[in-house]
Amino acid sequence: MSVTDTVGPPAGPASAVSAGVQTAAPPTRRSRGLNAGQRRKLRTGLLFISPWIIGVLVFIIYPVVYSIALSFTRYSGMEAPTWVGIQNYVTAFTDPLVGKAASNTLFYAIIAVPLGLIISLVLAIAMNQNVREVAWYRTIFYAPSLIPAFAMSFIFIVFLNPQFGVFNRVLNLFGGANVNLLGDPTGVKIAIILMAQLGAGNAALIFLAGLRNIPKTIYEAARVDGASPLRQFFSITFPLLSPVLLFNLITGISGSLQVFTEAFIVTNGTGDPDNGALFYMMYLYKNAFGFAELGYASALAVILFLVGLALALLVYWLSRRFVNYDVEAG
Amino acid sequence: MSTMIQTPAENISPQRKKANAEAYNRRADGTKRSWYSTLTARIVMIILSILFLMPLYWMIVSALKSNEELAKFPPTLWPHAPEFSNFVKAVTAMPFLTFFANSAIITVSVVVLSVISNFIIAYGFACIDWPGRDKLFYVVIATLFLPFPVTLIPMFDMWARLGLVNTLFPLILPAMFGSAFYVFLLRQFLKQIPQPMLDAARVDGASEWTILWRIAFPTAMPALTTVAIFSAVGSWNDFMGPLIYLQDQKVQTLSIGLQTFRSVNAQDVTFNQLMAASFLVIVPLLLLFFIFQRYFIRGITIGGFK
Repeated sequence: MSVTDTVGPPAGPASAVSAGVQTAAPPTRRSRGLNAGQRRKLRTGLLFISPWIIGVLVFIIYPVVYSIALSFTRYSGMEAPTWVGIQNYVTAFTDPLVGKAASNTLFYAIIAVPLGLIISLVLAIAMNQNVREVAWYRTIFYAPSLIPAFAMSFIFIVFLNPQFGVFNRVLNLFGGANVNLLGDPTGVKIAIILMAQLGAGNAALIFLAGLRNIPKTIYEAARVDGASPLRQFFSITFPLLSPVLLFNLITGISGSLQVFTEAFIVTNGTGDPDNGALFYMMYLYKNAFGFAELGYASALAVILFLVGLALALLVYWLSRRFVNYDVEAG
Repeated sequence: MSTMIQTPAENISPQRKKANAEAYNRRADGTKRSWYSTLTARIVMIILSILFLMPLYWMIVSALKSNEELAKFPPTLWPHAPEFSNFVKAVTAMPFLTFFANSAIITVSVVVLSVISNFIIAYGFACIDWPGRDKLFYVVIATLFLPFPVTLIPMFDMWARLGLVNTLFPLILPAMFGSAFYVFLLRQFLKQIPQPMLDAARVDGASEWTILWRIAFPTAMPALTTVAIFSAVGSWNDFMGPLIYLQDQKVQTLSIGLQTFRSVNAQDVTFNQLMAASFLVIVPLLLLFFIFQRYFIRGITIGGFK
């Protein structure tokens, strides 16, 4: 098939729309609505993306709307939901366990999000080093991301065991006494935060992709001008990486609002000691599937949804001054 | 002719290879690096490597220790009398093979369905130029940031009404309808196909379906492999889905099966067996990773993440 041959004049009608260079002819045609060719393209395009359209309707729009509706009801999953107005929201804002869960989640997010960004950026820079054995580092740094959360939790349970864990052995060597990190309300949170950092490989890969998009010539020019490696990092790497940083920041925040699996396994689903590992999602899960309070759990989900949305918009709004999209086209 | 041809990486001559190897010690502008400038970087990377290998190492070491050795303090750094029978005990102490089979059925189905569906959707967003396409793509991006807990309860309610709780369907069927991240990844990749090439094929009378399989599919192979790997890992390691939908032991997967088995029979299953079982769980993933290693990094980086 001779598809590689060029097709006469460079800009066909299809590419003119996206190129936006030939502003004379296409707009007048478009302003009169779609012609037959465009209608046909629209039909074909929609046909190809139809699985996604169905998916959005069934797995996103329907559940979000239904969640909001359920949040105003009392519903056990068995009999029909009964309308209770804003009762669930009133309960949520006065429920001490919601406060506990929210503060635990906040504690987690405030430490885990910045720590995660720093660690994954360091890993990405390490994965991008110009040394011969770099493939090994990539493999090693990414490998823990493959270990499922439940297995990682089992490893940490053994690792942190108050009687025979290595962690205490290390503490002893530095003159510390044995501690039971998982038996302490703050310690268990710290253990879960540290556990999550071993999965930094995923975010690191996204940073790595961003690092590779930065043209080498910029660094060369900076070096000719005598910029130190540190100066190069803060004046070139950091600003040009900012779109990727924003992406990882937003997904990091959204992920930490939903922290669940590690806490569930380490505490066997209880959130103890003293509700120290009762994160927001744990409490939501308990209400929905432990106490069959699906209406109340829906209200908690809607609150989480709104908080997540507000945080994402806030970060996006704050970032507009700092995020640099100059190298984006590359 | 000669100036246009790019040398494929596999066919470079030994001399070129040597030159490439030497280039590692040079900066982009060709000046030689001093040996100590890479030394600091290497020391940092080796320390990081040790930290990141710790969990895997400790998992294997604990899996091979006997009950007595596991309970020793200070802990031994390697098993002095490795007990390989822990693996046999782990597999027989719990319905490991049932869990394994369920995980495999889900993972294979999810991989096949999500590769096909995301590819077709991404083709619609990247290769067909229809009005409103790019605006609708913003919706795809927006769903990327949707916190999934808000859909959790209605989804459970829906599958329960359909009578499909305690079957594998709630964990498989959603893969038929694409996922924002994979659509995004594949679209970036498919965008690289020159539009004139697609138009030429259309002029020649090829249908979109033909172009999809003949032109787009071979081009997108690396990205499709990445999607396959990521969805395999995601589905194999999923915990919350199986936790909610699979209560019956006969349909449980490895992740939820091991956890419930541990919490219900705490006295019957020891930690070395649990470590051995966990190791067996990640073996398929490690194999997958070593076979397709370059796709993990290339699939994301080549498409350009923007």
